[in-house]
Amino acid sequence: MDTQTDVQSQVAEVGQVHAAQPAWIPTGPPVIHCKHVYKRFYENAEPGDDVVRRGWLKQRKREVTAVHDVTFDVSKGEVLGILGANGSGKSTLIRLISTLLFPDEGVVEVFGLDVVKHPHEIRRRINRVSVEASFFKKLSAMENLMFAGRLYGLQPAEIRKRAGAILERLGFTQSKMTASLENMSRGQQQKVSIARAFMTSPELLLLDEPTTGLDPKSRRDVQDFVEEIIVERQTTIILTTHDMPEAERLCDRVAILDGGRLVALDTPEALKRLAGPNVKTFEDVFFAFVGKDWKEVMADEDPA
Amino acid sequence: MRTLPNPSPVAEVRTMYAFVERNFRLAKRYLSWEVVHIFYSIINAMTIGLIGFTSPAKDRAETTLYLVIGALLWGYLSILFDEVANSISYERWEGTIEYTFMAPIRRLTHLLGTCLYGVAYGMVRTLIVLAAIAWFFHLPLSHANVLGAILVLVVSSLSFMGLGLIAAVLPLLSTERGAQATHIIQGVILLISGIYYPVSVLPHWVQWLSWLSPATYALSMSRAALLNNAGLSTLWLSLLELTAIGVILVPIGLGIFVAAERFAMRTGRLKRNG
Repeated sequence: MDTQTDVQSQVAEVGQVHAAQPAWIPTGPPVIHCKHVYKRFYENAEPGDDVVRRGWLKQRKREVTAVHDVTFDVSKGEVLGILGANGSGKSTLIRLISTLLFPDEGVVEVFGLDVVKHPHEIRRRINRVSVEASFFKKLSAMENLMFAGRLYGLQPAEIRKRAGAILERLGFTQSKMTASLENMSRGQQQKVSIARAFMTSPELLLLDEPTTGLDPKSRRDVQDFVEEIIVERQTTIILTTHDMPEAERLCDRVAILDGGRLVALDTPEALKRLAGPNVKTFEDVFFAFVGKDWKEVMADEDPA
Repeated sequence: MRTLPNPSPVAEVRTMYAFVERNFRLAKRYLSWEVVHIFYSIINAMTIGLIGFTSPAKDRAETTLYLVIGALLWGYLSILFDEVANSISYERWEGTIEYTFMAPIRRLTHLLGTCLYGVAYGMVRTLIVLAAIAWFFHLPLSHANVLGAILVLVVSSLSFMGLGLIAAVLPLLSTERGAQATHIIQGVILLISGIYYPVSVLPHWVQWLSWLSPATYALSMSRAALLNNAGLSTLWLSLLELTAIGVILVPIGLGIFVAAERFAMRTGRLKRNG
């Protein structure tokens, strides 16, 4: 508890620590600018809940603050990891940035454009991989990618070329590309999801737990591929993950969310330093900032 | 190289085609179901047409054709309504709705693409059923204005697209309840539009509703064209009215859809976890 309090008291200094030893060189205006962002949802109230009245019928609802006063910037080419337990607000934050949700308060800007006022302009330049590989499962990988590519203005030949190259890189054979997705494993479906996002060459890529639930080989394939993209530094990436070594290995900075609040944000090395002298692993870092054991958090995880 | 779609009309048409192509591919994957649906539609239209055989011999052909027109037109309009209204439900069930909504496309283009497929698919299925029914009943179409009836079909499509767009809002806000509500809307249109009977047989307090349904006008004109060989000189005013209803309903439907989309994005109705 003491360790956690000590750490949280240092959070205000995190920016200074990070500024001293950047793992990448931030250039130009931020790609993502979030300032005092709040997002609240209203769920059916259970007995014992604090109740608010909502809607025309003044229904009894429970207010859930999924994102609570979150402020951060992400620079061009940066890879920002977001760690947090189930319900900590990771996916809500990703949805706010990807123009699928409007903030209740605060500002979310992507490429200097407000997500509420200019969603169309932002959408042209971003893409996303979510924890569930969402596809028309009866269609083949290539048929799904053909549809997705056309929505981004790509020509069929270009889609075949780009998607084919990515899928081959991820270990897909030609025959697998034309097989129905319903007959594929989750790992294979997630690779198709990766191809869907990368083939549009987004300037900002939102990876929402892309490796959760994958077998070790698929996870390694996806991580290696993401790492190759990172090396080019052409794409800014937000990565939410449950895989601590993955966060440490791939991310320039890591943000830790707890109950919708941003409790820490810095480079992995700086976070380790901040977490105290006895910290050895990144799981210890998480415990130091959140006060929950990572294994306990994972046991409570629902990947959906 | 970055992907910046060109917002030219050609690009918009290509995007629309993406929805047509995807839905056509899905229909191919569910081919056995397509065969079942067509078989059922043929049997359904035949069964309804056979009710005409209970009429006196002198009225039999006309009554059968009257009923068959209702079955065919309702079959077409309900396919179109289903395709448009349920397009959102399909995407929600598959979990692809967020990807479609965050794609850099205009909602108008997205929904028109869905409508375009609905029209093409509905036309093909209706023509197959028509061919089977015409063969079975030896329908007396030699003195009918078939082209006029097809024109009515095309014009009425616009209104049903509008209704479909309005109905599509419901699954956008609530997947299961929305899908249930679209079936109720469809049922009410079936009741009030005089599909198998003149609207005059409806209770007086229901009859006024029939004037709100574009299907009422479409059926009345189709029957005039096929039973009475009515030409454009007779139908033009009603066609114009039906067009006007469609021209009003489509932007209203689109406006409601866009408002509902923004509501869903404000309240997290599309999906929320984490």
